[in-house]
Amino acid sequence: MLEALAYPFFQRALLAGFLVSLLSGLLSPFVVQRRLSFLGDGLAHAAFAGVALGLFLRGEPLYFALPFTFLVALAITFVRERTELSEDTAIGVFFALSVALGAVFLAKARGYTGDAMGYLFGSLLAVGPQDLGAIALLLLFALLLLPLWGPLAYATFDRELALADRLPVVRHDYLLSGFLAVSLVLAVKVVGVLLVAAFLVIPGATARLLARTFAGLTLWALFLASLSTGLGLWLSFLLDWPSGASIVLLQALLFGLAFTKTLFPGGN
Amino acid sequence: MLALEVQRLSVRFGEFQALEEVSLEVPEGAFVAIVGPNGAGKSTLLKALLGLVPFRGEVRVHGQPLEKADPLWFGYVPQIKTFDRTFPALALELVATGLRRRWPFRLSPRERAQALEALERVGASALAHRPLGRLSGGQLQRVYLARALVRRPRLLLLDEPATGVDRVGEVDLYRYLEAYQAEAGATVLMITHDWEAAHHASHVLVLNRKVVGFGPPEKALSEECLRQAFGHLGHAHDLYVGGGHA
Repeated sequence: MLEALAYPFFQRALLAGFLVSLLSGLLSPFVVQRRLSFLGDGLAHAAFAGVALGLFLRGEPLYFALPFTFLVALAITFVRERTELSEDTAIGVFFALSVALGAVFLAKARGYTGDAMGYLFGSLLAVGPQDLGAIALLLLFALLLLPLWGPLAYATFDRELALADRLPVVRHDYLLSGFLAVSLVLAVKVVGVLLVAAFLVIPGATARLLARTFAGLTLWALFLASLSTGLGLWLSFLLDWPSGASIVLLQALLFGLAFTKTLFPGGN
Repeated sequence: MLALEVQRLSVRFGEFQALEEVSLEVPEGAFVAIVGPNGAGKSTLLKALLGLVPFRGEVRVHGQPLEKADPLWFGYVPQIKTFDRTFPALALELVATGLRRRWPFRLSPRERAQALEALERVGASALAHRPLGRLSGGQLQRVYLARALVRRPRLLLLDEPATGVDRVGEVDLYRYLEAYQAEAGATVLMITHDWEAAHHASHVLVLNRKVVGFGPPEKALSEECLRQAFGHLGHAHDLYVGGGHA
């Protein structure tokens, strides 16, 4: 680990990973309790379309992925709020649209598809000094999420009670979708498009097996997301594995351990 | 002083008229039993008073337009618990949402004491640290009632609070409500199919999408009102007019 820390690219990847894991660790409990795992997948594919658009236009892919994913998140929430379609149906429509657009953009971005591999699976080398600055800036913005933890948790527990207490539940739904989009795009460089949704699901799912309260669930998710990111990046450096795959494999291992614990008496 | 003034309140869901031109004036400190057949709009009325469903008409609570009324004036116990049973939560935390209107990350000693006192008031202090998802229907009712009472509401809105509660628990429930009402001078609106409870209320609202009758039990539970509300009296005659048990 110490050897790896000597390399600036690893330092950047570790810092970016840690910052992103803070945001995704905070959001993961909401994704798990609100059953938004599929939304994570849908937004990851929107991020893929945004990255492909960036490659096609030869710009910085994340600068295209961020607004594109954000808009898709709002569009999914809008369709869900304004129609009687279920959430998974709304996501399914935008999921397919995003993959189709991504395929078209990537086909037209010939010669740059090699870059796409890094975005698909994550790469230690992908995080540049500029990315780190952008991630830190967006995380400052994401601090706005902290005061929303209580109202969001309340509406997650019982939407009707929160509405009866006059909380702006619908506005919070949009904000949560927006934050999920931002979190996913920020994590893309470290984890990759294909595995980024796991970043929002597995820490929360593992934490759910360990926690008795929602506050405990949030703290566990933050800890597990940070731990798996740090160790995963180190594993990626040691074994020359894609960074996203290393992190997600570690997250899956931690999930397996937590699940095993529940099989024993008093484990849950 | 009126606790609640409802004028020409109508609720429509698409083509379905759930409530039509409902008007009533509820004096402060009244205990109103709301009765009526299934689908009469009883729950919809409570939801309209909470701002949960859009409506036409005017509602004033303690002289204030509904939108300006303090949410903490209302204590609500829903009929169907729509909460996520997989949500990791303790009964004490749910009760504390009655104080904060948000989920507590950590309870202050004062909030903890208030929540515990509310649970004790409804005979549920033993449930304080139990996971909500593992409580029975009757235990949940008590916790929800404690959540409604902890904020010391001026208006208690209860949607069939005795559902899932055994007979002893039901008697206890009414005793808690009466004690709170006597102490706080609160106004209670309670949907019930418990005929005895209806007879003990200070007012009865007989509803079938419209107000069929409203007033003291002996007036509102007249044969004529019941016939209008239920279409035919059947057992309702013996149960309501006779004041017997369901």
